[in-house]
Amino acid sequence: MQPTHSSRRILLPVKMWFVYLTLCLALFFNYIPTGHLPGVPDMVALVLAFWAVREPLKVGTGTGFIFGLLTDVGVGAAMGQHAFAYVLLAYAANELSRRVLWFPPVEQALHVLPLLFLNQVVMVLVMLLAGVSFPGWWMFFGCFLAALLWIPLHYLLLLPQYQPVERDENRPI
Amino acid sequence: MVGHSPPPFFKRGPAPQLKLVFFALLSLVLLVSDLNLRYLEVFRQGLSIVAYPLQMAAATPADFVRNASTYFASLVQLQVENKELKTQQLKVSERLLRADQIEQENRNLRSLLQVRDLQPVKSVLAEIMYSAKDPFSRKVILDKGSQAGIEPGLVVVDAKGVIGQVTRVFPMQAELTLLTDKDQAIPVMIVRTGQRAVLFGAGDGLLELRYLAANADIQPGDQVVTSGLDGVYQAGLPVATVVKVERDQAQAFARIPCLPVAGIEQFSHVLVLRHRENLAPRPPEPEPLAKPGKGRKAKAAPKE
Repeated sequence: MQPTHSSRRILLPVKMWFVYLTLCLALFFNYIPTGHLPGVPDMVALVLAFWAVREPLKVGTGTGFIFGLLTDVGVGAAMGQHAFAYVLLAYAANELSRRVLWFPPVEQALHVLPLLFLNQVVMVLVMLLAGVSFPGWWMFFGCFLAALLWIPLHYLLLLPQYQPVERDENRPI
Repeated sequence: MVGHSPPPFFKRGPAPQLKLVFFALLSLVLLVSDLNLRYLEVFRQGLSIVAYPLQMAAATPADFVRNASTYFASLVQLQVENKELKTQQLKVSERLLRADQIEQENRNLRSLLQVRDLQPVKSVLAEIMYSAKDPFSRKVILDKGSQAGIEPGLVVVDAKGVIGQVTRVFPMQAELTLLTDKDQAIPVMIVRTGQRAVLFGAGDGLLELRYLAANADIQPGDQVVTSGLDGVYQAGLPVATVVKVERDQAQAFARIPCLPVAGIEQFSHVLVLRHRENLAPRPPEPEPLAKPGKGRKAKAAPKE
């Protein structure tokens, strides 16, 4: 696979332990008790969206569900609140994968922004239906920063898959 | 080619749509059962064992910031605080001496009247570590858990009044739901009139006295304390002051926002009161009235 479909570089196949390691690191980030600080990005959603776009056959709704539950437990939310949103996010990212990967990272980030925004909207809608008060608009700020983080993440998370460029003057191709 | 199965590299498990529906329904079921039925505490405890090390590691930066801010507190600030504390302690110790005497007297009088003794209240000092990240609730995490004898349902106070109630307990931590959490209820009494009411969290840092008639005798500035009717909250703990009273002709009840007395949503030390009153047993359910004309149902109704 290439970094983007229009790129000529061939990447090594992804290692699943690395995928889960990065998801766990994102989980760690989400567990940092920032309280109700506005603008803190939901890293699990971002990394999950990244791998669901990159590897739609390997990372999908099941992974989203499990890491959603772990987020719920860690931040003291209602069980299934993040899980539901992440399942929808992972599915949407899987479906968008074939389109998104044709674009360079900046435009990929623009594609992912609505996904992350909808992720928050779904969470708020479900909790409003459950009878909880609306926490305020600040909770939507995080997804803009998360979408910006997509660009460095695109290089960082693909780093183990890059292979050295081997130039051989005598090879025909 | 009947029965010909596709080669293994086309096998992708169940269809993505099917997985989507399955997991979405599963999480909705979990959500409903957690919010309404509270069956999932065991499941949550299990998952929290997995999440706990990560959580502990993630709390370290917050600890660091907290410790650093106290470390760099200025000398002047500390001296002022020290002076304040000393004068406060003098005042309190004077009252404490009198309180000891009054308690002794109270015990003697109670034994004379043969009234049941008041249970002594034991308390555990705990520190608020951080507020929980969930944007939909007002919860904080305490640094003491079931190993320090904390149980779900215990009341937490600070120096000025009630803060909230312990809702979940882990071995080393406990989750405290603040009074300002939406729909967190506490039975209270208005000091001036002795009227009993129920105080609810409004969700925006305020509390709300609900179900008081529009013509109830209540004024801004009234003190609200716990009534102790439920046996969970001890009677007489300060809770809130009435901010204003909005009486609307169109509605049967007045809208009465209250401001909590205690330093809710501030980081500090708190006391967890280990006090449980032994309530009288529940009165037996009244016999359902037999409806005339429906003999079959009336017979089936009392099942003892």
